[in-house]
Amino acid sequence: MSAQTPTAMEQGLQTCHGCGLLSRPEPGVEEGRCPRCDEPLEFRKARSLERTLAYLIAAAVCYIPANLLPVLTTTTAGGSESDTIMQGVVLLWSPTGWPLSIIVLFASIMIPSAKILALIYLVITVKRGSIKNNAQRVRLYRMVEIIGRWSMVDVFVDTFTVSLIQLQPLMSVEPGPGLLFFAAVVVLTMLAVESFDPRLIWDSGDAAEEKEVKREVQHA
Amino acid sequence: MRCPRCDKELWRHKPDSFNRTFALTVAALVLYIIANAVPMLGLHAAGRSAFTTVVGGAHQLWLDGQQIVSVLVLFAAVISPALQISFLFLILLGCRRARPPFWVGMLLRHVEFTRTWSMIEVMLLGVLVALTKIADYATVIPGTALFALFALVALLAAMQSSFDPREVWLRVEWAEEKHRRPAEAKPTSEVTP
Repeated sequence: MSAQTPTAMEQGLQTCHGCGLLSRPEPGVEEGRCPRCDEPLEFRKARSLERTLAYLIAAAVCYIPANLLPVLTTTTAGGSESDTIMQGVVLLWSPTGWPLSIIVLFASIMIPSAKILALIYLVITVKRGSIKNNAQRVRLYRMVEIIGRWSMVDVFVDTFTVSLIQLQPLMSVEPGPGLLFFAAVVVLTMLAVESFDPRLIWDSGDAAEEKEVKREVQHA
Repeated sequence: MRCPRCDKELWRHKPDSFNRTFALTVAALVLYIIANAVPMLGLHAAGRSAFTTVVGGAHQLWLDGQQIVSVLVLFAAVISPALQISFLFLILLGCRRARPPFWVGMLLRHVEFTRTWSMIEVMLLGVLVALTKIADYATVIPGTALFALFALVALLAAMQSSFDPREVWLRVEWAEEKHRRPAEAKPTSEVTP
């Protein structure tokens, strides 16, 4: 007796990503379109792991210049000064501004790197057919999905700092080359999250679920 | 109810979804227009003052040679929220008909995308940080749009949580011809003389 819960894929059913309709493809057709909303249907997102990994590698590459190159250049009568993201965090640290400084530290430095690492972990465990900690892994995925957007904070901070401080010749602020790379990291990691198919986590089985079923069988 | 496998909350019927969401969407539409039409932030320093709107911020980035980032900011802070609100508005408007037309489904299919990329709440946090930074050099004047944006964030969240896409999907015209319901026969009272 199989200890697996039946899945829609095993039953030949497809869930539509657009409207949630469960449908059976026409005989002979492997993967068609949703009869209700016309979205292309697939049992699992096509080449999910490869695409996620590709976006992650691109994001990891951009992560380096994003943190090393300046995002803002301040020009005053006394000369000009360039700040990277980390220097921005340090500048923000003051008796009143420290909570915001911590938020920016999290949003701009910790979240992007944690996101890349978490997704790489998910891709590797799925690729290796791991059946452990499925529930925790999908929770990790959802957390990455929810928190990810907040990394954009720094892009907005720089946008409004630049557009407000235009007091030539006294003082002006210009965006630096790091900003483009940082924005790229945010967008690429968001695309990576979107390409990953969390259902893959369960496709090789689930240790916790099997244990549960075995226990039930013994009791019966 | 929770999913027995991954413990996520399952679908729940939301009471009076169409009317509540429609009211919230109309309010969000009004606030969105205000938020983008009036100045959001002002700055006062050394006898000079400057004002900016959200679009103004993106425009300045464009002028400074960061065109790609500028488009991204415009997309996340102006275009996506506009799509998010107007899609919901049109969907609910279409649902006022007994049989919602096919394009309602087309829009509904893309609501998730507009939600992912609409980042007004992130932008507001960014504005807050920028204000704190600038406060060291100059006097910052919060504009009307800033308050409108704060209210808009609350409205968008309420709008999304009261919206029940399944209610719409149950009523929408199917894309595939053979699944479409046949044109309903006219009520007998109209046919018989």
